[in-house]
Amino acid sequence: MIEVKNIKKSFGSKVVLNDVSCKMESGKVNLIIGSSGSGKTVFLKCLVGLMDLNSGDILYEGKNVATMLEQEKKELRTQIGMLFQGSALFDSLTVEQNVMFPLDMFTKKSPAEKLKRVNEVLDRVNLKDSNHKFPAEISGGMKKRVALARAIVLNPKYLFCDEPNSGLDPQTSLVVDKLIMEITKEYNITTIMNTHDMNSVMESGDKIIFLYQGEKRWEGSKEDIIFSKDEKLNNFIFASEFLQEAKKMRMMVPK
Amino acid sequence: MIKLLEHFGNYLIMLKGMFSKPENGRVYWKEFIHQCYELGMGSLGIVVIISLFLGAVTTIQTAYQLISPLVQKYVIAQIIRDSSFLELSPTVVCIVLAGVVGSKIASELGNMRVSEQIDALEIMGINSKTYLILPKIVAAFVMIPCLIVLSMFLTVWGGYLAATLSGVMSSQQFNQGLVKDFVSFNLIFGLIKSFTFAFIISSISAYFGYHVKGGALEIGQASTKSVVVSCILILFADYGLAALLL
Repeated sequence: MIEVKNIKKSFGSKVVLNDVSCKMESGKVNLIIGSSGSGKTVFLKCLVGLMDLNSGDILYEGKNVATMLEQEKKELRTQIGMLFQGSALFDSLTVEQNVMFPLDMFTKKSPAEKLKRVNEVLDRVNLKDSNHKFPAEISGGMKKRVALARAIVLNPKYLFCDEPNSGLDPQTSLVVDKLIMEITKEYNITTIMNTHDMNSVMESGDKIIFLYQGEKRWEGSKEDIIFSKDEKLNNFIFASEFLQEAKKMRMMVPK
Repeated sequence: MIKLLEHFGNYLIMLKGMFSKPENGRVYWKEFIHQCYELGMGSLGIVVIISLFLGAVTTIQTAYQLISPLVQKYVIAQIIRDSSFLELSPTVVCIVLAGVVGSKIASELGNMRVSEQIDALEIMGINSKTYLILPKIVAAFVMIPCLIVLSMFLTVWGGYLAATLSGVMSSQQFNQGLVKDFVSFNLIFGLIKSFTFAFIISSISAYFGYHVKGGALEIGQASTKSVVVSCILILFADYGLAALLL
C-alpha cells in the first residue's frame, strides 16, 4: 500500500498540491481524477520521486521515502513501472529493445531468456510482429502498449499511469484501460492512474480520488461517484448536458 | 551575473552527478561504443573536407603573400605544418565540431527531456546523467583528438596537393619544409587543445540539452545556445592555453 500524508508542493509562489493525504489500495486501480491544472501529474511525479516535496510524507508499505537510503530508493524504483502520457519510448531503440532495456539493465538473464520474457509481455499487451519496428513506425495506441509492456517487464509491485488515454480514440482508450485493469488483477499490482477520461473512471476505477485546485476534494468508489453531492465533482464528471440528463435518470433508480 | 553563476553551479552539479556506479557495465560500454561511432563517423566527412581545404587554401594564400626572393619556398610548408598543428586543426575544426556534435548532443538530450524519456530512465532507477551524459563526454574525449590528429595530417596533405598541383613548389621543397625545425611540442600542444575542446563541446552541449524545459522551440534554443557558448569557451580556452603553454 502507498500512503500519502499531508504532502505539499509549490513552484515559487504557486501552490500546486496543498495538504493532500490519501491511501492507495494494493492490487487495485486507484484513479486520480481532476481537470487540467488540478495537480494530477505533479502528484504522480511526487509519488514516484521525480519531484521533491515541500512537506509531507510518502510511505511505501509503511516505509517513508524521505528517510530511505539511496540504495533502498534504487531498489524501490526497480519495483515501479510507469506509463507516461507520451509513452516515453526510446526513439533510437526498436520495440523489442525498448522492452528489453530494463531487463538488460537490471537482470543477469541470458539473451534467450530475456527475449522470451519480452515476447511474453508483448504478447500480453496484444502486440505481435512489431518487435523490430521503431517507435516512429507504430501508432499511438501501439506505443502505449509497448510502454505498458516495458513498465511491467520486471514484474513491478506498483504501476503508475499518467493519462494513458490522452491522444487515443475511444476504442483504443478502452483497450488500454482494459489492459491496465487486467494486468493489475493478474499481477496483483498497485496501480495509480491519472485521468480525466470518464470512460476510464467508469471502466477501471476501483478507488477514485478527486483533486481540485491542488487539494483532495473527494474520495470514493465509482459507484459512489454517481450519487455524490459534491458540486465541483459533479461539474467535473457531468460536464456535458447529455451526461447531466443521464445522471438525473440514474438518480431516479434507487441505490 | 546571478544567472551566469546559477548556470555554472548547475553545470558543476551535473558533472558531479555523472559519476555513480553503473547499474550494468555492459550496457554502459555498449552505449559508449555507440557514441564513439556516432561521434566519430558522424563528423568524419566534414572533418575531411574542412581539413583538406584549410590546408590547400592556406598554402595558396601564404604563397601569394610570400613574394620576397629572400624567403625560401619550403617556409610555406613549415607555415602550413605549424599553423595546422597549433591552430587550424585543433581550434577551427573544434569550432566546426561544436556545431556538428554540440548541436546533435543538445538536441538529442533536449528531445529526450521533453518527451519524458529521461524521466523514464530515472523511474527505472537509472542515473540518467551517468547513462546519457558520461558516455558522450568520454566518447568525445576519445574521438575528437583522433579526428584532430586526422585533420592535422589532412591539412598538411591538402597543402601538399595545392602546392604541387598549382606549381607553387615542388614536392621535395614541401617535404624539406615539413621536417625542417620540427618542434614536437607543437603536436602535443595541439593534442592538449583537442582534449580541452572535446570536454568543452560535449559537456556544455549536454548541459544545455539535459536542462531543456518546454517544447520544440526550447530544444532549438538550447541547441543554438550550446553551439554559441561552446565556441566562445573554445576561443577563451584557446587563448588561455596559448598564453600558459607557449
